[in-house]
Amino acid sequence: MEKEWSTGTPRLWARIPVPLAFCPGCQHGTAIRALCEVIDDLGIEDNTVLIVGIGCSAMAFILTNVDSMMVAHGRPCDVASAMKRILGKDTIIITWQGDGDSIAIGCEPTIHAAARGEKITTFMLNNSNFGTTGGQLAPTTIMGQVTTTTPYGRNHDHGYPIEASEFLGNLRGVAYSARGAFTSPANYQKTKKYMKRALEKQIDGVGYSFVEILTTCPSNWHLSPKESLRRIEEELIPQFPLGEFKNVDKIE
Amino acid sequence: MTERILMQGNEAVGWGALAADCRAFFGYPITPQNEIIEWFAREFPNRGRVFIQSASETGSINMLHGGAATGVRAITSTSSPGWALMQEGMSNLANAELPCVIVLVQRGWNTTRHAQTDYTSVTQGGGYGGYKTIVLAPKSGQEIYDFVQIAFYLADKYRNPVIVLSDAILGQMMESVELRTLDFEPLPEKDWAIRGKASRKDKSKRMSSIAQGMVPTPKYPNLCSFWRHYSEKVNTIKENEARYEAYQVDDAELILVAFGYVARVSKEALLRARKKGLKLGMIRPITLWPFPERIIKEKALQGARFLVIEDNMGQMIEDVKLAAQGHTEVYLISSMERHLPIEEGAIYPEKVLEIIEKLI
Repeated sequence: MEKEWSTGTPRLWARIPVPLAFCPGCQHGTAIRALCEVIDDLGIEDNTVLIVGIGCSAMAFILTNVDSMMVAHGRPCDVASAMKRILGKDTIIITWQGDGDSIAIGCEPTIHAAARGEKITTFMLNNSNFGTTGGQLAPTTIMGQVTTTTPYGRNHDHGYPIEASEFLGNLRGVAYSARGAFTSPANYQKTKKYMKRALEKQIDGVGYSFVEILTTCPSNWHLSPKESLRRIEEELIPQFPLGEFKNVDKIE
Repeated sequence: MTERILMQGNEAVGWGALAADCRAFFGYPITPQNEIIEWFAREFPNRGRVFIQSASETGSINMLHGGAATGVRAITSTSSPGWALMQEGMSNLANAELPCVIVLVQRGWNTTRHAQTDYTSVTQGGGYGGYKTIVLAPKSGQEIYDFVQIAFYLADKYRNPVIVLSDAILGQMMESVELRTLDFEPLPEKDWAIRGKASRKDKSKRMSSIAQGMVPTPKYPNLCSFWRHYSEKVNTIKENEARYEAYQVDDAELILVAFGYVARVSKEALLRARKKGLKLGMIRPITLWPFPERIIKEKALQGARFLVIEDNMGQMIEDVKLAAQGHTEVYLISSMERHLPIEEGAIYPEKVLEIIEKLI
């Protein structure tokens, strides 16, 4: 049952013993490919440690050819902080998380790693619901969105979505914060640029860096892959605008 | 000559960790263990070691997870309510087979009063998954210092978290401690450590997971194969690592069983009882898990009765009863027998002696 899977890049591939678990039209695979390309570009494959929590994003644990860890749900930033302090500046520490992992159950570790200015990088894949558990309310679920735990649509009783990139950009320990999406080749390239810049902030030892990526979840959105892309453009981007929210070379 | 200094039991944790070449501490303040985190904040950064004050105990235990995964020796400490918050992390550390040390300075429920109320939680495993952790129960500052070193050795030997179970009295008490570095057998190399591929000659990838058995690996292709491996490990520890101190048990008709500060109190009661000609002995479990059941069973079969003394409502008594297998009577002195009928009271030798005289 062992099969070979490749990112398409020359060096980053992995031999995986399980079938790929992503649903058709899911962009997690795309995001992992972008990550692998960026790691390749920067030539940091051999000294990168990838930390995942729990959720669809955890697949990156197997699908990347770097040292990797699967840890408790929501806790990658705590684990990453400790590892970076011990292993030092030459080891690049990446947390690869979903929106639930990063800003729901993982809100405390994320905010405090950012506030401490830990020299780590978080990539948060935002698909506006809890994918693995079947499409429940997430902190990034937009107003009116129907999920299995907001069957009549998210309303004021459920509170309001967290704009993680803007929010984290306000913390002093953060060197870089941006939001991208993969809705077009241009956006793919732009998002890759954000991802690269975020890792460069870590390499330069500036502070915490964060990139949020809007991704599709066709199965739980009950939309086709194509309709899912349209939803990101028409519904998610107006709520979560793309761009850089913080980019500093030094933290005073 | 080895240096001997006067220190608090809580500070002995730090000096013991230093002697064990511990490299990282993660912790969150909670009474009555604050001197531990303050010691590491003061002594670790200037020695080029890592100290991070986490945002909560869940943070501490997960930072410990990261620290242990790099292969260095790492430690955290907490008190009872913080210990409760760490349980998920304990489960994950055990499943990921990451060696590390956790010092638990117990308090009574959620009060800052001293007690021994976490016995069941530490020995049974308070988290999910049915894991086990070795628990060392010191009775003095010197033992806290020594046991932290033993804990790191056992953690590395079995790739499992190890708990050092202190309490408010031991932690706050000042005693003279000899700063000796203990010698242990050589340990296997940590070739599983996650440090980036560049750290290995063949540049091969390493993975560390809290879901061993779920993602098929050559070592554990499925969950049952991991469980088989883990239970073999647990059985090996049970077989080899039970430690205890036995005192005057040969002719004893009544054997006291106590750990931690209560063991010192009980020994005092025993000495006074012996002076009165009463045939008393004592077994002090040093490892609360694995519990030294063999010696208990042996003495039970020889006809000795047991008096368990613990500063809680009766937790270790279950293990003593299990070990005695119904062959003898097992009695209890609990927190209800403190010398003062208020929360500040402690179990005193006089009370213990009073009950011994009634029983014998």
